[in-house]
Amino acid sequence: MRALAQALMPHLIIAPILLPLLTACLLLLLDGRRHRIRGMIGLAAALANLVIAALLLSWAGSGHPTAYGVYLPSNWDMPFGIVLVADRLSALLLLTAAIVALMALLFAVARWHKAGAHFHPLFQIQIMGLNGAFLTGDLFNLFVFFEVMLAASYGLLLHGSGPSRVRTGLHYLAINLVASSLFLIGAALIYGVTGTLNMADIAARIPQVATSDRALLHAGFAVLGVAFLAKAAMWPLNFWLVPAYAAASAPAAAIFALLTKVGVYVLLRFSTLMFSEQAGASAGFGSDWLLWGGTATLAAGAFGMFSTQRPGRLAGFAVIVSSGTLLAVLGLARPELTAGALYYLPSSTLGVAAFFLLAELMERSRSADVAGARAPEDEEDHLPFPLAELELDKDVNLDEDEEMLIGHAIPAATALLGLAFICCTLLVAGLPPLSSFIGKFVLLTALVPGLSADTLHVESLLTWVLPVLIVVSGLCALVALSRVGIRFFWTPVDREAPLLRVVEFVPIALLVTVCIVMSVRAEPVMRYATATAEALYHPAGYIDAVLSARPRPTPTNAERLGLQGPEATP
Amino acid sequence: MEIVLACAIGVLTACGVWLLLRPRTYQVIMGLSLLGYGVNLFIFSMGRLALDSEPVLAPGVPTDLAHYTDPMPQALVLTAIVIGFAMTALFLVVLLAQRGFFGNDHVDGREDAE
Repeated sequence: MRALAQALMPHLIIAPILLPLLTACLLLLLDGRRHRIRGMIGLAAALANLVIAALLLSWAGSGHPTAYGVYLPSNWDMPFGIVLVADRLSALLLLTAAIVALMALLFAVARWHKAGAHFHPLFQIQIMGLNGAFLTGDLFNLFVFFEVMLAASYGLLLHGSGPSRVRTGLHYLAINLVASSLFLIGAALIYGVTGTLNMADIAARIPQVATSDRALLHAGFAVLGVAFLAKAAMWPLNFWLVPAYAAASAPAAAIFALLTKVGVYVLLRFSTLMFSEQAGASAGFGSDWLLWGGTATLAAGAFGMFSTQRPGRLAGFAVIVSSGTLLAVLGLARPELTAGALYYLPSSTLGVAAFFLLAELMERSRSADVAGARAPEDEEDHLPFPLAELELDKDVNLDEDEEMLIGHAIPAATALLGLAFICCTLLVAGLPPLSSFIGKFVLLTALVPGLSADTLHVESLLTWVLPVLIVVSGLCALVALSRVGIRFFWTPVDREAPLLRVVEFVPIALLVTVCIVMSVRAEPVMRYATATAEALYHPAGYIDAVLSARPRPTPTNAERLGLQGPEATP
Repeated sequence: MEIVLACAIGVLTACGVWLLLRPRTYQVIMGLSLLGYGVNLFIFSMGRLALDSEPVLAPGVPTDLAHYTDPMPQALVLTAIVIGFAMTALFLVVLLAQRGFFGNDHVDGREDAE
């Protein structure tokens, strides 16, 4: 596998962007009613995307910790052209995103992809935006990929239509447009001060920024940070999240669980790259904000879980808890903590994505019952009209092919749903034996020894806030989820057993399986996370690798390269 | 020129933020547009204001930024305009859909009590 990755290497970096883009174009050309063939093409592309991500991961993990793949798509000289960079962190997030995307798509082909004309192209564009945001090495393309990702997410959020989706979609759209404006203001300020948009170049220039300009630079990063924090759902910028994610269709919500991680990724990348110890007077800028903002987010998410009994909204709060944990831990900026966070990030993302998918199945199985006991904010979440029609004449309408695709209803559906719910509860609450427990355990062991400070200073008390909150948030999640579980699974109701399709249950089972594998094979994953964190906190390797990249000689640029800079390496 | 530009950006942004916080969807979309204009002008200003600079390479002019306008903010602004335009169109569609569903133009889909 590594040999294959090595052989494909320079061009493998751009594959995660090109593949979904081309697939989306292809899907647009196909008739929107041919759901089956579109679903197959989409699934094949998502599977290929997973393979590419796995190859990139094996490439990034194989070399010494400072393996950076630098790709110059436009073949320009280094600080000017656009650049893609693949390192361990990008590869890890690419793989996480690819797994979630494949599972969400698998879930969607059972039913949801028929609820609108362009589900599949939008989904591929969403994957492209995510991949691009993880791979890009400059601020300008980060903005572009952010917008690609958001544009697709607007479409996916509205997928299926219906009043609650349109209302929350409007809020989501407005908030993200404002966040994009902030992104532009921040990027422009940074460009105005440093004169470059290349992330490695910015990082190299930060120590030399004049004292008079430093405040402006910090303002730029702060404005930029607000845009990412809104995306990463930091309290108090996260009020849009729960209604929007709960209103979205299940596969869309599952992939939205990744969008918050993009915010976290960018914040991690920026804080380690730009504000490392080499950054002179800017070192450590903003980390206190991350720490306390993340702590507040964690508290808000944990207590928010008590406020609802609807699984979809609970999953939304689980996203906030996961984001809060990650942000707070990244704010402490210690390699061993970041390693734990990098282990926690994929497992919590997979767990929350599985929970979003499961929430839909649970709500559907109890829809007659839930309608009576719904909170005011949960109104209007009946099936939107295209789906309602599909549901009614399902037996009449489907041909044999469709039947094969959908699979058969499995018996003992309630038992399987309950089992999946227990697994998701363990993952979301971070309880043993599943992987997010290991992630939290690593975080807590790294947090607590530093705290064994003897005296009761105010400061040493403050350092206890985070570990205690992490434990308490697990407890809150457990209580809230148990309550919902009892209500959904143990309440006797006279009704038929829920109809559960294999193809809808398989993705949930696979997501949980990945988490189980992550806990069984925790050591190699943890080793990878540790190496990633080590490389992140020594940004010189990243900066050197990017800035020393040379364009390929071509007939048109050979002369210029020969004239201007050092000789181009073939 | 700096004062005029700074005032323009300030007024546009202030109006945009004010409108954004209003309860009607039409006001919100106007606010978003004004905010977008303010941001675009701001990006331009980050490329430094210069009069009579060459926009593209001209013969006989030294090739450094002191003699040319900075092309980077222009590229950024162009991208921002395109994206902003598309997003405004999408927002309009959602706005109309919302009006269709709820029969009013409140951002939350419900009429004010007063």
